[in-house]
Amino acid sequence: MSLIVNGLEVPAPADARVSLLDHLREGMHLTGTKKGCNQGACGACTVLVDGERILSCLALAVQYDGRRITTIEGLADGDALHPLQAAFIEHDGFQCGYCTPGQICSAIGMVAEAKRGVPSHISPDLTAEVRLSREEIQERMSGNLCRCGAHNGIIDAIRGTVAAEVGA
Amino acid sequence: MTPFDYARATDRADALRQGAATNIAFLGGGTNLVDLMRERVASPARVIDVSLLPGAIEDSEGGGLMIGAAVRNTALAEHAAVRARYPMLSRAILAGASAQIRNMATVGGNLLQRTRCTYFYDVEGSRCNKRAPGSGCDARDGFNRIHAVLGASEACVATHPSDMCVALAALDAIVHVEGPGGARTLPFGELHRLPGDAPDRDTVLAPGELITAVELPPLPLAARSTYRKVRDRASYAFALVSVAAAVEMDGDRIADLRIAFGGVAHKPWRATRAEAALRGATASAQAFRDAAAAEFADARPLRDNGFKPALATRTLAAVLSELTTGEAA
Repeated sequence: MSLIVNGLEVPAPADARVSLLDHLREGMHLTGTKKGCNQGACGACTVLVDGERILSCLALAVQYDGRRITTIEGLADGDALHPLQAAFIEHDGFQCGYCTPGQICSAIGMVAEAKRGVPSHISPDLTAEVRLSREEIQERMSGNLCRCGAHNGIIDAIRGTVAAEVGA
Repeated sequence: MTPFDYARATDRADALRQGAATNIAFLGGGTNLVDLMRERVASPARVIDVSLLPGAIEDSEGGGLMIGAAVRNTALAEHAAVRARYPMLSRAILAGASAQIRNMATVGGNLLQRTRCTYFYDVEGSRCNKRAPGSGCDARDGFNRIHAVLGASEACVATHPSDMCVALAALDAIVHVEGPGGARTLPFGELHRLPGDAPDRDTVLAPGELITAVELPPLPLAARSTYRKVRDRASYAFALVSVAAAVEMDGDRIADLRIAFGGVAHKPWRATRAEAALRGATASAQAFRDAAAAEFADARPLRDNGFKPALATRTLAAVLSELTTGEAA
């Protein structure tokens, strides 16, 4: 049993109770992924599994045997930040920074969904091509809370980088 | 969390074989079960992971769609045939949870999720007949803004939390089940129970029975359908009231329709009285309100949820106005 975390193969925990979040943080010391509510309400623990965003706090690590997991630590290229990371700095997309890793992983997954045409709750036409307006990004990022209230900067950072191709 | 064994089912037969043991839980995406286990509301000895069993969305023999139980909520919402032929189902799913949770959650798991009644989750501090039969219900005289107004009992006033299930109730979906006694199907409306004096049982499923698929019948009128959800914030919150509706018009007359409500009862509430009142009737705001009044005639509001019948009435009228005129109301 093993998981592939940021390209590295690591054993799954022996205890089935361990969440993917705790395995990343306590087992692998990848503390970039944050524990907020630990009950699926805040999005701070968002990671990418085979490119899809999920909540690692509600995931049993053993259930992700053989899957490719990307955390915030896996996004930069050496010392060169991922463009979205750089944009969060430029647009003040955070204050305390606790929700930031989850916001960034979520945004990357969100744009992949939009590019393959997944509609949202506010899409007027379910079958139309997806264009990511401010309002669409707000709705699609609603699973990631920021108690500092940096949402406007977060949306600016997303629009200026990863969402630019499918922007509106 | 109480220790448990984890086993990944290799195929359906393996899942059913392992599911015949006592105190097991089938695991889908885990978005509800993991939380319930962490809070010690659920303490299975063995968790059987069925989330990786083959699950597809295919044309059914009857001309509808067969949806495998392991299909993820996002995959169902984005499926081209669902968007075009059953838009209320796409919209209901997209109105629920967050994108991360929809990516994890399975169709089977969505059907079997438990209520979000806060007293149900409060193991240390609250009495709950659903969690601990016979212990009492602290919701009935407690903070019960989110609770049921229809079909509740002395024992339990919890609501079913799913959005997707409200659409499935309106669409006359068929649930495919397999278990120790063999395979069977049941109409969606018969899957979930009203609480009565056994609120610990959410559904009619027997121990070890596994939902294998949900079938959508061919339902041409569903092409003109939608889902509207009213909640305390614009996104990522459970419904106070929701409406799934489909309408087929004949001039200004309603030839046929389907209506179901969410957030008002222990199960997704198929509005048969409102449907009967409107079938064949001329579409009008007054007719919509009268039909909702008929549906909620037996409503028994609690201390904090007396707003629900009126809210449901306004929501239904707005949805039917949109579907009958083609304009948002």
